[in-house]
Amino acid sequence: MSAAYLELIRIRFLMMLAYRVNYYSGIIIYVINIGAYYFTWKAIYGDAETLGGFSVAQITTYIAISWMARAFYFNNLDREIATEIRDGSVAVQMTRPYNYLLVKMMQGLGEGLFRLFLFMTPGMVVAVLLFPVQLPVDPMRWLVFFVMIWFSFLINSQVNLLIGLFAFFVENNEGLIRMKRVAVDLFSGVLIPISFFPPWAEKLIGWTPFPAISYLPSSVFTGRIAGAETWEALLVQLVWCGLLVVPIVCMWRIARRRLFVQGG
Amino acid sequence: MRQGRFWWHHLSLFREYIANYLKARLTYRADFWVEALSDLLYSAMNLVFIFVVFRHTPSLAGWSQAEIVFVYGYFMVPYGVLNTFFNLWNFSERYIVKGEMDRVLTRPANALVQIMLENVDPPSMIGSFVGLAIMASAWVTLGLPFHWYDPLVLVAMVIGSVLIYMGIYTALASISFYSDAPTGIVPLMFNIQNYGRYPVQIYNKGIRFLLTWVLPFAFVGVYPASFFLDRGDGGQLMSLLTPVVGLACFSIGLFVWNRGVRRYRGAGS
Repeated sequence: MSAAYLELIRIRFLMMLAYRVNYYSGIIIYVINIGAYYFTWKAIYGDAETLGGFSVAQITTYIAISWMARAFYFNNLDREIATEIRDGSVAVQMTRPYNYLLVKMMQGLGEGLFRLFLFMTPGMVVAVLLFPVQLPVDPMRWLVFFVMIWFSFLINSQVNLLIGLFAFFVENNEGLIRMKRVAVDLFSGVLIPISFFPPWAEKLIGWTPFPAISYLPSSVFTGRIAGAETWEALLVQLVWCGLLVVPIVCMWRIARRRLFVQGG
Repeated sequence: MRQGRFWWHHLSLFREYIANYLKARLTYRADFWVEALSDLLYSAMNLVFIFVVFRHTPSLAGWSQAEIVFVYGYFMVPYGVLNTFFNLWNFSERYIVKGEMDRVLTRPANALVQIMLENVDPPSMIGSFVGLAIMASAWVTLGLPFHWYDPLVLVAMVIGSVLIYMGIYTALASISFYSDAPTGIVPLMFNIQNYGRYPVQIYNKGIRFLLTWVLPFAFVGVYPASFFLDRGDGGQLMSLLTPVVGLACFSIGLFVWNRGVRRYRGAGS
């Protein structure tokens, strides 16, 4: 059974490989974005040494690693699910002897792994050459970081599943999908580390799963979170990952009972 | 005389297309608002970025928060106009891969005008109005003087900026005439364009040169906005170049497009 799921990862990986051109331009896009934010943050710091608890060197590393991690955890599962619900192909998927949601996760993982090896790694090399990025020397921090972006992938995909499944209940959830994308970019800390927000906003965002997607792993990578706090960050991710399973399973149960295919 | 007829003809086409658009769109009224709102969300995100960041610094390379917000407001105006009248993001997919270009070319009206009209997207215009409102509020905050000619200059600047966008994106769309593989160059450009949101002064020399003379995205944001800000750093002089650069860009775009159309042989068998 699990061989079938592994096969799904492999297929998606190969599919991504077939669209190589998109992937080359993708690396450049990420470097362009890192560049834009690098210069913006340099101007923001001006003469300041530390802002929001980040030193100049740390913030550069933070931007680079956040965008690169985004390459790994980012996927369009929400839109894929919504499309399959709307065109009715989800009904066919449901008759097959596998779990639809797990299939989607595996496809997302295939995509993520592809980007991790062929996108994130060369992209990071380019970023290190172009910008003053400081990579951690402690192998333990690397290890924890990779464990943490694995959870980033899981939590981000869970949020995507949840948003995608809304298509069962509303005719058009495109607006919700776009809203989620903005929310994730803004509140996960890719654009601004959460510690830069005003205290009330920081506290509020802390109660959402978004910082667990990007802010926590990137902070660990840059060394802003270290020692015992590292394990707390990991624990936060674990808790969110577990909590998010509940609404997904509930929605899936209800959705299966009330599936109605538009025009079907 | 012939020129006059050309414009009149296309203007009446425009009316027909808009009427059709409205008929089709009013069937899905909710989608209209969803689309308009989600476009604004992206801008809201960028504004939140500016506000959060300015909690930690009084200025960004010598630019105050109100000035940066003003530049961003300006940036939204031509961008909204562009997306309303020149929504060519899916040109390659729809017209080349699916072969709709053949249908367009068999008709007497100008091909580019037809494609523009077929993709007209009025909800994007809301972004322009929000941009204007942002500019107005920053204008008051900064206590800028108001001259009788400012609205006229603004119109000229916006036209110039829109022409720059149109030139660049027409040239990019034309690439599809030469290569049928998706090149991913449009999303690339879309990201470079974001550099125009902030004063070019924060970038290094190379990027500044690129944004001014090669891919003149600085002329869709910071340079024309400088005209009104009058910061005395030579920005006002650059701003006057906006319409010129716009005409140059658009001419190049049209030239590439026309060559591409002549070269076009149709899709598939």
